[in-house]
Amino acid sequence: MTASEDGRGASLSSGAAPPALELIGIEKWFGTVHANSNVSVRIAPGTIHGIIGENGAGKSTLMSIVYGYYQADNGEILVNGQSTNIKGPQHAIASGIGMVHQHFMLVDTFTVLENIVLGVESGRMLAPSLAAARGELERLERDYNLEVDPDAIVGELPVGVQQRVEILKALYRGADILILDEPTGVLTPQEVDHLFRILAALREQGKTIILITHKLREIMALTDDVTVMRGGEVVAQVKTAETSREKLAALMVGRTVLLRVEKGEAHPGTALLEVEDLSVNDRSGLPRVKNVSFSVRSGEIVGIAGVAGNGQSELLEALAGILQPQSGHIRIKGEEISGTTARGARNVRAAGVGHVPEDRQRMGLITSFEANESGILGYHRDRKYNSAILMKHAAAVADVGRQMKEYDVRPPLPRLRTGAFSGGNQQKIVLGREMDRDPDVLLVGQPTRGVDIGAIEFIHRRLIAMRDSGKAVLLVSVELDEIMSLSDRILVMFNGEIVGEVVGSDADEQALGLMMAGERQAQPQAAEGREIS
Amino acid sequence: MKGLGAPIEAPRWVTHALVPLINLALALFVSGLLILALGEDPFEAISILAHGAFGYPEAIGYTLYYTTNFIFTGLAVAMAFHCYLFNIGGEGQAYLGGLGAGLVALAIGDWPAPIVLIAGILAAALFGGIWGFIPGWLQAKRGSHIVITTIMFNFIAAILMTYLMVDIFIEPGQQAAESRKFESGAFLPRVHDILAAIGIDAGHSNLNLSFVLALICSVLFWFFVWRTRWGYEIRTIGQNESAGVYGGILPSRTIMVAMCISGGLAGLVGVNEILGVHHRLLLEFTAGFGFAGIAVALMGRNHPIGIFFAALLFGALYQGGNDLAFDMPSIKREMVVVIQGLVILFSGALENMFRPRIEALFTRRARSEPVAAE
Amino acid sequence: MGDPVTFFVLMIDAMLRVSTPLILASFAGMFAERSGVVDIGLEGKMLGAAFAAASVALVSDSAWLGLLAGVGVSVGLAMIHAFACVTHNGNQVVSGMALNIMVSGLGPVLAYSWFNQGSQTPMISEAARFRPVHLPFANRLADVPVIGEIYSELISGHNIIVYIAMGMVPLAGWFIYRTRFGLRLRAVGENPEAVDTAGISVSGMRYRAMIVCGILCGVAGTYLSIAMNTFFVRDMTAGMGYLALAALIFGKWKPLPTLLACFLFAFVQALEARLQGVDIPGIGIVPVQAIQALPYVLTVLLLAGFVGKAIPPKASGIPYVKEK
Repeated sequence: MTASEDGRGASLSSGAAPPALELIGIEKWFGTVHANSNVSVRIAPGTIHGIIGENGAGKSTLMSIVYGYYQADNGEILVNGQSTNIKGPQHAIASGIGMVHQHFMLVDTFTVLENIVLGVESGRMLAPSLAAARGELERLERDYNLEVDPDAIVGELPVGVQQRVEILKALYRGADILILDEPTGVLTPQEVDHLFRILAALREQGKTIILITHKLREIMALTDDVTVMRGGEVVAQVKTAETSREKLAALMVGRTVLLRVEKGEAHPGTALLEVEDLSVNDRSGLPRVKNVSFSVRSGEIVGIAGVAGNGQSELLEALAGILQPQSGHIRIKGEEISGTTARGARNVRAAGVGHVPEDRQRMGLITSFEANESGILGYHRDRKYNSAILMKHAAAVADVGRQMKEYDVRPPLPRLRTGAFSGGNQQKIVLGREMDRDPDVLLVGQPTRGVDIGAIEFIHRRLIAMRDSGKAVLLVSVELDEIMSLSDRILVMFNGEIVGEVVGSDADEQALGLMMAGERQAQPQAAEGREIS
Repeated sequence: MKGLGAPIEAPRWVTHALVPLINLALALFVSGLLILALGEDPFEAISILAHGAFGYPEAIGYTLYYTTNFIFTGLAVAMAFHCYLFNIGGEGQAYLGGLGAGLVALAIGDWPAPIVLIAGILAAALFGGIWGFIPGWLQAKRGSHIVITTIMFNFIAAILMTYLMVDIFIEPGQQAAESRKFESGAFLPRVHDILAAIGIDAGHSNLNLSFVLALICSVLFWFFVWRTRWGYEIRTIGQNESAGVYGGILPSRTIMVAMCISGGLAGLVGVNEILGVHHRLLLEFTAGFGFAGIAVALMGRNHPIGIFFAALLFGALYQGGNDLAFDMPSIKREMVVVIQGLVILFSGALENMFRPRIEALFTRRARSEPVAAE
Repeated sequence: MGDPVTFFVLMIDAMLRVSTPLILASFAGMFAERSGVVDIGLEGKMLGAAFAAASVALVSDSAWLGLLAGVGVSVGLAMIHAFACVTHNGNQVVSGMALNIMVSGLGPVLAYSWFNQGSQTPMISEAARFRPVHLPFANRLADVPVIGEIYSELISGHNIIVYIAMGMVPLAGWFIYRTRFGLRLRAVGENPEAVDTAGISVSGMRYRAMIVCGILCGVAGTYLSIAMNTFFVRDMTAGMGYLALAALIFGKWKPLPTLLACFLFAFVQALEARLQGVDIPGIGIVPVQAIQALPYVLTVLLLAGFVGKAIPPKASGIPYVKEK
């Protein structure tokens, strides 16, 4: 029996039984990206094993290889001590490996039963397959306490239940090793607890569970062992009981991380953004924001916390003029932004609002354009870029070039194709564009999603700088750490409503988590701002 | 363009010149096999074709005359493509454009030529533009699939024109469904006439001043698409509609503008045919130019320079193909249509088959920072 | 106009015959689109099949060999489309158009080269056509008022392809909703990733769907040249492939509504012959072109009025590329 490759001495209880899953020297390249580099992991049977790392550390790639979705370029996989060549998902399933993906692999228009049976039907005709599956499903639901209605249409189920369907799918196929990839991204803290209970129960039944996550508290709460990945490599493998959040965080980033950014006192002034009784429906007509009221004053950062999907996106889009609200008022510097979407985003920008969108690739940039063209998106009709008929191309290139230098975009080449920049640099291009206009109000959504640590610090410092120069910043983020670190005031959104308001320095994760799960605040905070009803 | 950590990309000339040429070569190769299968010698066929296209002054004239039409329809399709719209309606838009030009000619043909011709050009663009605008409107406001609507409008245009020619404009006592001949004010001068006036003998061909109009349109096209705010908006909506909305651009308005201009460009074929060549209103002068425009736009990668060369190629194919059908009777004129289809197949649909491999030959694997996955 | 029952019977009879290729083509499109592949090339497949069927039927004097040839060519074209779009993630609309254009040129070229009769093929003999199938008792019941006429004229006496087309709804419905293949087909069109992670090949499913599409288009094209007519002539499909697509969209990719949409189009076309030269009070004589344009105008109106509510299979038209 060899010790684990990194020689840090953290050992698993190897005992007599072989590891449920062992990876030796896994290598994987995607073009020039070395996604997995000499990765070796040992996972003991009947345990919950966490794999933690930042975005881009290589965890998802590794598990995709285990599941047969990709083939490793090099290395060996042993299932229960047997060397196994996993050529595809069907092999993985046959070897007892099941996967619950981050983005569910479900067909929304099918029933639960049809989804479970897809790919493992027992014959050419559907009816007997479904009947057989129904019986088996009922047994599984009883055994593992996973209640789902087999005839419900999956697209109509809440997210937590859909996840249960995914787990049932894996169990139905006889999985002994269950891999969960970032399972809690879309769950409230309460749903997360429920999931953890299910996983613990599965462990009692002898299943092996691999939990991929970037969230420290989940690792500490649930796992028996942890493997830390960074930059495509394994940097540590330890018993959870023998480590701590701080140690893991340090291993994840390779240096001591300032979990909070340094900032001075806030000196808020007049309200620059006022939202009154705003209701917004999404594009399919469902109400997403319900009678929301709040304001953001000059010189403060207001953070909106909440699990993704509780209306924050629609709120942001309505404020930015992209989505038409059903009712309510939005005032910028006292001026009402009128209700016509026809020129919505243009009007909002003209009123002095900048918008850093949540999804920069989908909305904030055009990846096939040169950076100088992405760099004027939304401002392309400005006089400084246009004469009567033709555009002032050279002026745009020069301007964007200047922004790139100021906002540390690497490489600062305005003629380079936007898609060629890394995620963090793309985000800085967007920031540069929106902040350079010196807007009085800045709307920011998920500013550091998919951004490397160095850029995160830069972006955070810039946002603080904006606030210190008297601007109003509205920050929407699903990363509670980011909200807590940056905001002067925190509003919590749940199910389209603001259910709580907390002063930044008093913020308590537990209390916020409860509000994010729908528990209304016990009593209103003594802060200047709207009262909570 | 290289920089710290940025991936190396293939040089522009590879993507914009080499790849289309290779795609073309493949299309010609398959055509050659077909010619072989029909019992003829492909190399002989090519030489007849080349001679027929460029071998003598009349040939060049006719080639350029066809090229004119392909430039117009190629630009038309390209304009729509920049907004990610598939304008298959070039045939109908060209037809309507011809109608517009013809109506002006019939109405004021006895006025001074510059006025008639300018009015005719504007009318052609207007009529074609309307015929493009309607499907654009339907797509923008009603979500109607533009491919199907533009195809339907082709059929409707043909039927409409038949009705108009047979029932209204037909010159009494005539068999063919044609209008009366225009007065001389509506004659767009032929190039060989102009050259003859300065002492050059260029034979006798259909080539007329609309060729110059086509070149002017190409230049204006470039400036419009890449150096005006309207072109910027069209390209943005075409590449990423969400980003466009984010940037304050109205998708429906942009789509309609793009389709209107697209239709107008295709309509200018009518200037060439009706004012430049036939000097009367008649049927079936669009002769597949609209569909060829798709091939031209794809080969030319939606850029005026590429479109010019692609249009030239197709002009040569058409003119050379005429001569070929004459000299090799077993190969019918429709062979050119087959080649068109193959070009569209290789340049459009099978683009991804070769482009990555060719581009890979020209890019080096550079050491770059690991790109953060999401 | 004569006896209303006779008129009704004749109209519906014509409608059934005209709708047959339309139904087959739109169901062909249904299989393709349900799997996530947009197929504008129905027109080209039908045309190619029509040519192949006419040529082979002529040479072999057998309708069934003609059918085989038609289906073979149509499936071949479908495979090219699949190769471009599924294997190489090419643009599906462009690929469909390319094939349509190619076939529209190839037909006349080959027809001329092989048969030397301009752009059409020589007429085939009666033996090489699909002949009407007379259902039992058709003759004896012919004189029974109303029911007899309906049975003997309307229901009996069509050729076999018409019956196949009429049976498409139960056939396709069974195939799509009650078999394993159908389940996977629908899944691929909605969420190809889910299918991929279940270990089923997305491209395999799409190729199979395209084969079915090719077969159905092949039957449709064969019907045009050797059942409904006796020869191939250039562009004989006259936009039918696009009308079939419109019917499919109007029918929201479901069997029964699609069939009804096809009937509607066919009915309008059947009216064309009846309304020529007829004086309609208040309007006068309708120009023949107005009636000719009716199917196309109707398509546009249909698309303008109803597409807003139609939801295509979620993955339709999007090439499936494995995400990182």
